[in-house]
Amino acid sequence: MLSCKDVTKLVSESMDRSLPLGKRVGVRLHLLICRFCERYRRQILLLRETARHLAHAGEMPGEPFPETLSPEARERIRRSLSAP
Amino acid sequence: MAIPASSNPSEWVDRYGDYLFRYAMLRLRDRAAAEDAVQETFLAALSNRGTFSGDSSEATWLVGVLKHKIADHYRRQAREAPLEGADLAEHPDAGNFDGSGHWTAGPSGWGGNPADLYRQGKFLDRFRECLSGLSPNHANAFTLREIEGLDTAEICKVLNVTETNLWVILHRARSLLRRCLETRWFGATAGKGT
Repeated sequence: MLSCKDVTKLVSESMDRSLPLGKRVGVRLHLLICRFCERYRRQILLLRETARHLAHAGEMPGEPFPETLSPEARERIRRSLSAP
Repeated sequence: MAIPASSNPSEWVDRYGDYLFRYAMLRLRDRAAAEDAVQETFLAALSNRGTFSGDSSEATWLVGVLKHKIADHYRRQAREAPLEGADLAEHPDAGNFDGSGHWTAGPSGWGGNPADLYRQGKFLDRFRECLSGLSPNHANAFTLREIEGLDTAEICKVLNVTETNLWVILHRARSLLRRCLETRWFGATAGKGT
């Protein structure tokens, strides 16, 4: 019988490899009856979706990445590129 | 091979500097490291201009070079602070389980629609802060897996860890991030719902 501690670990692992059948079934059954572990699963999936969203959003200028090169860095890089 | 007219290094900084910098900031989480990576990228691109085929856009080519610089940075951090056995032994949510491994304080409900959530700039800010709060190896593993979408075998090569250890590192990173957001975002907005 899997504990919640085991299940959180396996839920994460299942995002990185396919679990052996026995474990997969055990996790699925546990999630049906355990509200907390099901929440944990949904929340770490949300982390994945957020990370993917950030990767896409990063391609566009501005929000959510207002950062720009500082004037000093810009100047330093420009100089290094024109050095012989 | 003819070098396309757009490939004029004197224009690179203005044309691509901020774009590459933002790209590096998301992945390195440190201004100085990101600036260095951008500089190294331009210098490497300058001395390897012959490898730019013109098949891809110049921006894509430069991002490709930057990706290598970022991976170099991760490798360096993995060498400087190798993960200890003890670091991997303990369950990241250990304090929230009782002796038989059941939740004593389970995750609280975050409520709302996830799709709305990550369109909120402030949520993304908290997310990035929480990611920066992890140890470099944990944050780098999470970034390679979830932002870059690399498979675990490739990540193991960069971070020089076994696959079994990588699963543990990723589990720890996700759990710590989850808890950090629960405190910093959902705690602040008073978590409701399920």
